[in-house]
Amino acid sequence: MADKKSLLLRIITPDRIFYEGQAEMVEFNTTEGEIGVLPGHIPLTVILKPGILRIHEAEAEKEAALHAGFAEILPDSVKILAEIVEWPEEIDEDRAEAAKDRAQERLRNKASETDVARAETALQRAVARIEVLR
Amino acid sequence: MASMRDIKRRRSSIQGTQQITKAMKLVSTVKLQRARANAERSKDYFTSMYDTVNSILKRVGHIEHRYLVSGASRKKAVIVITSNRGLAGGYNSNVIKLVTRNPQWEKEDLVIYSVGNKGREAFVRYGYEVKDGYNEVVESPAYGDALALSEELLQAFAAGEVGEIYLAYTAFKNTVSHVPTLLRLLPIERTEGNEEDAGKASAIMNFEPEDEEALNLIIPKYVTSLIYGALMEAVASENGARMQAMDNATSNAEEMIQDLALKYNRARQGSITQELTEIIAGAEALG
Repeated sequence: MADKKSLLLRIITPDRIFYEGQAEMVEFNTTEGEIGVLPGHIPLTVILKPGILRIHEAEAEKEAALHAGFAEILPDSVKILAEIVEWPEEIDEDRAEAAKDRAQERLRNKASETDVARAETALQRAVARIEVLR
Repeated sequence: MASMRDIKRRRSSIQGTQQITKAMKLVSTVKLQRARANAERSKDYFTSMYDTVNSILKRVGHIEHRYLVSGASRKKAVIVITSNRGLAGGYNSNVIKLVTRNPQWEKEDLVIYSVGNKGREAFVRYGYEVKDGYNEVVESPAYGDALALSEELLQAFAAGEVGEIYLAYTAFKNTVSHVPTLLRLLPIERTEGNEEDAGKASAIMNFEPEDEEALNLIIPKYVTSLIYGALMEAVASENGARMQAMDNATSNAEEMIQDLALKYNRARQGSITQELTEIIAGAEALG
């Protein structure tokens, strides 16, 4: 197991199978911070936070915006159950910019506590979308 | 014997009805195909989520968690997924019966979260406590709809308003077979014999963040995905049931039309015979 160079990555959303294939490394953002997973990782379940997903394949590297869900990591596989995940070409930059401005505006005006949490998540999402595009 | 004109009028009215049922059958066939494709695409997420949560629960062993034990309240929340429109055979009444004829349930203990207008009407008529506002969801269910519903239910569960949450829907097996199903969402049922399995799967699952917090975050997603999967299957079942009902109606109309055509021809023959008899009798009287 430990000498294997790649792990099986499956990314599943409610509407489709987003990605299925062998990867050498996967990077994403979790509630505990950004992590990179290599083959032979200890079993771990993490909760995702909005951020950039980087899939390192043998020859190429792919990026996507990953917003919510959780990941089950095993030594030879990673399964990501994502509620929202988008390839760069699926992102509407204008919309993301508008959402970012809106969220920042809301954070400045600080209403009730729940609003702040929601605006923060919205801001993180918008930032992740914009970063993936760059 | 009814007059020729009456039979003719009856026959053309049935022909009109047949045309309508035929058209409705075609429409629901198309809708069924789309709904079925959607349901199949979401099935992967649904089953992976179910497997993952089960394996996580097995690995964590017997921990105390608020989502794993019934709440103190005797109230039970039941999500009932029906359709907004009728003419779908027994589709709606079968799901409703699942709830009203459940021997273990008292009417007073139930809170019905109705998705679909037909279910709402029935439960209001029977005098159940009904919360609604999700009727338009069944037209084309989106993940966001399931999320809103599960958030409302989990809030009620967390606040102690309901002790258990159930889901009643029609599972889609294939085009002709739809099974009314009752599923307990919370507390999550743990299958017995866990400990042996847990021993075998000796890999110990770690959580980041800690067990309890992780379950706090994962279980709402699990509930949402179950509701979403149920919505997708229910929509496919609804269209399947309607397609079957309309197919039956069309062939019944066909039978009636044939029967009336026979009666009409007989009446026509009868009137010709009568006319002939009259002419011959007239001719004989003159002669």
